[in-house]
Amino acid sequence: MTTATETAPKKAPPVTQKRRPRDTVAGWLFTGPMLIILGLFLVVPVGMALWVSFSDWTGRGSPFASTVSFIGMDNYKELLAGGGLAERDFGMSLRNNAWYVVLVVPVQTIVAIVLAVLVNRQVLKGRGFFRTAFYFPSVTSSVAITVIWLFLFGATGAVNKVLSYLGIHGPSWFQDPSGILHNGLHAVGITEGPAFLVDTTVLGLPLWDWLAGPSVAMTAFIFMAVFTTSGTFMLLFIAALQNLSGEVHEAAMIDGANGWQRFWQVTLPQLRPTLFTVLTLGLIGTWQVFDQIYTGTQGGPGKTTLTPAYLSYTSAFESQQWGRGAAIAFVLFIIIVLFTLLQRWVLRERPVSRRHRRMYGTPSKGDHS
Amino acid sequence: MQRSKSRCLLGAGILTVGALMLTGCGGSNFDDPKGAGSDSQKITVMIGSSGDAETQAVTAAVAGWAADTGVDASVVAASDLNQQLSQGFASGKPADVFYVSTESLAGYASNGSLYAYGDQLPHKDDFYPSLVESFTYDGQFYCAPKDFSTLGLVINTEMWEAAGLGDADIPKNWEQLTTIAAKLTTADHVGLAFSPEYARVGAFMVQAGGTLLNADQTKATVDSKENLAGLDYVQSLLKSGSAKFTTDLGAGWGGEAFGKGQAAMTIEGNWITGAMSADFPAISYKVAELPAGPEGKGTLQFTNCWGVAADSPNKDEAVKLVEKLTGTEQQLKFAKAFGVMPSVESAAGQWKAANPANAPFLDGVTNAKGIPSLKGAADVIADFTSQLESLAKSDPAKILSATQKNMEAAVSGK
Repeated sequence: MTTATETAPKKAPPVTQKRRPRDTVAGWLFTGPMLIILGLFLVVPVGMALWVSFSDWTGRGSPFASTVSFIGMDNYKELLAGGGLAERDFGMSLRNNAWYVVLVVPVQTIVAIVLAVLVNRQVLKGRGFFRTAFYFPSVTSSVAITVIWLFLFGATGAVNKVLSYLGIHGPSWFQDPSGILHNGLHAVGITEGPAFLVDTTVLGLPLWDWLAGPSVAMTAFIFMAVFTTSGTFMLLFIAALQNLSGEVHEAAMIDGANGWQRFWQVTLPQLRPTLFTVLTLGLIGTWQVFDQIYTGTQGGPGKTTLTPAYLSYTSAFESQQWGRGAAIAFVLFIIIVLFTLLQRWVLRERPVSRRHRRMYGTPSKGDHS
Repeated sequence: MQRSKSRCLLGAGILTVGALMLTGCGGSNFDDPKGAGSDSQKITVMIGSSGDAETQAVTAAVAGWAADTGVDASVVAASDLNQQLSQGFASGKPADVFYVSTESLAGYASNGSLYAYGDQLPHKDDFYPSLVESFTYDGQFYCAPKDFSTLGLVINTEMWEAAGLGDADIPKNWEQLTTIAAKLTTADHVGLAFSPEYARVGAFMVQAGGTLLNADQTKATVDSKENLAGLDYVQSLLKSGSAKFTTDLGAGWGGEAFGKGQAAMTIEGNWITGAMSADFPAISYKVAELPAGPEGKGTLQFTNCWGVAADSPNKDEAVKLVEKLTGTEQQLKFAKAFGVMPSVESAAGQWKAANPANAPFLDGVTNAKGIPSLKGAADVIADFTSQLESLAKSDPAKILSATQKNMEAAVSGK
C-alpha cells in the first residue's frame, strides 16, 4: 500500500480518478475542524433543543438526565391546540410577526433595488457618499438603532414633532397597541367585524384580530427594519448590477426600449438570482426578529410586538417552560422552511409561456430569420 | 516525510475530537469538585443589581461575612439574572445564593432548583407575614425576603400648594382622590399619573377588597364584583381626564412623568426616592399612603428573596450567609445604601426614624398584598397587564372574565 501511494504520482495521471487513501485522509483533515465546530456548536445543540421540545425538562440539571421523560407532542399540542394562554400568546406572536414579514420583506427589497439602481448610475455625483450613507444603518448595532428609534418615535419625539408641523397629531407610537388596519376601518366607521370573523378563532385569536394589521408600535419597528436592512441588500443588488453586461443593455437601447422598459424587461430578470438571495435572507431575518423587541418593547404594548423568537426566550428563561420554548423555536423553523420553499417555487425559472412568446415574437427553434 | 506529518496531524485531530466530545458530554457529570460555578470551599452570590450602590453594599456585606467566618465568598452582579441563573441550574453548578423575584419563585421551586430553608432561620418570625407568604410555595417557606417596597401616593408639593391645598387635603378615600386629582389638573399637567399595569392598577383592586386568587391559591377569584369596582373606579378616573396612564404622557414610568412635571401625583414605590434625587433633584415632593377604597386601605408590595440553590454543595454556609444578610443590622445598612425597606419588623422603628418622609411606604405594609406565587400566575398577570393598557377604552368586565379563564387554567395546571 505504501509503495503504491509513493509511486502513484510518478505515473501518468489515470484517466478515471481513483480514490486514494491519502486524499481521503487529507480531505477529512481539512474538513475536520469545520465539522467539529459545526457539530459541537450547531448539530449537538439543535439536537438537544429538539429533544427538549419533546421532553418535560424543567431547566434543572442535564436534559438527558434519567429524571427527564419523553412526553411526545405535548409541548406542541399546548402551543397549537391547548386552548390556553400559551396558545393565544403563540397565535398573537405569529400574527404580529406575519404582518411584520408581509410588510418588511417586499418594502425593503423594493427600496434596496431602487437605491441600488440610483447609486449605480454613472452620472450620479458623490456616488461613494450615497452608498456609504445608505449602507451606514446596516453596520450600526441594532440595539443602538432601537434606542434611537425609541426616542424618535416617543410621544413627544422628533417624528411626532414633524407630524405636528403638518397638522397631524401623531400617535404615541411605542405605546399604541391598536392595529393599523383596524384604525383605518374605524376611520370609515367600521368598529365591529362581521360575526363570522369575530367568532372564528385560530390559535386562540379571533380572525378579526388576525386581520387587525400590525399595531402602531409594530409599524415603528417595520420602518426600522426597512431603514436598517435596505442598505445591506442594496449592496447585494449593486454587486449584481455591476456584473450585468452592458451589451444587453445597449442592444435593448438599439431596439428602442425606454429606461422603464429596460429596467423591467432587461435588468430585473437578470437580477433574479440576487432577488432570490435577498428575499430568502429577508424572510429568515424577519421571522427571527428578536433584539429590537428585547431592547425596545419586551412584547408590549398589549403584546402586539411579541414575536415567536422573543416568546420562545421568555417561555424558557422567565416562565421556566423549557419544552414550550424549544417547541416554539421548532415551529418557527418549520414556518421559515415552508416560506423559503414557497418563495423558491414562486421565483422558479419558467419556460416562456405561449402568450409571451407570441408577444415577444420569439423565433421557434432553428428559425433565424 | 510528508506522509508521517499528515499521520501526525490526523492523530492529533482524532485526539482533539475525542477530547472535545468527552468534555462536551461531560456536562452530565456533576461530581467534578473543581467546577467553575462553585466548589465546596467557595460561596458565589449572584445578584441582579439596581446599580453600583447596591452592588457595592452587597459586596461589602458578603466580604465582611467572609472575613468573619473564613469562608471564601464572592459577589457576581448578573447582567441578565434569569438567563445566568438558568445556565447555572442547567449545568448543575448554580450560584449558591442569588436573588429570586416573586414571579420566578414558582418556576424555580417547582423544578427543585431552590432549597427551602426558610424555616431553618432563627429569625423567621421577624419577617413580615405577607412577605413570607410571597415566598411560600406548596406550603414551604422557600427563601428569606431580602427587602421590600410598597406603593404610595407621591405628591408634588409645589403643584399641591399652587392648587391651594393643605396637609388636611391629602386624599383618604376614592371620592377625595377624584376631587383632589381634578383640582390638581391644569393645562400643563394632569392630577394623577401611573403606569398601566397590574402592579399599579392592582392596588385599587385591593382597596376594593378584590384578589386574584383565594388565600391558599387554589381558586381563581379574578372575576369578582370587588375587582370590577376597582377597575371601574380607575376607568372613571381616566375618563374624567384628571388621571392618565404614563404611556399616554409619553413617560416610561410614574417617576418620569412626575419628575418631568407632567403629573402632580403618581403612584409608585419607595424606589422613586432614589430616582428623584438622581434625575429630578429640583422637585420637592411628599409621600402619603394610598387612599382607602370601599373595603379599606390597600396597596401592593414587591419583594425579592435570597434563594439558595438545592444543588449547592455548601447549603449550610449559604443559609448562614443569608441569615447575616437579612439580619436587622445588615438590612438597615442596605436601606441606607440603596433605599430599600428592611423585610424584618425589628428594623421598622429605626428605619422610620432615619427616613421619616418615607414612613408612609412602611406603614402600607399592614394592608399590602403580594403578587401570587402560583406557577403560571406571572404569565397570567403579564397578559392582564397587556389588557389594562387600553383600560380607558375597554370593558373592565370583559378584561376580568378573560383573565379569570387564564387564571383558572394556571390553577388547574398546578
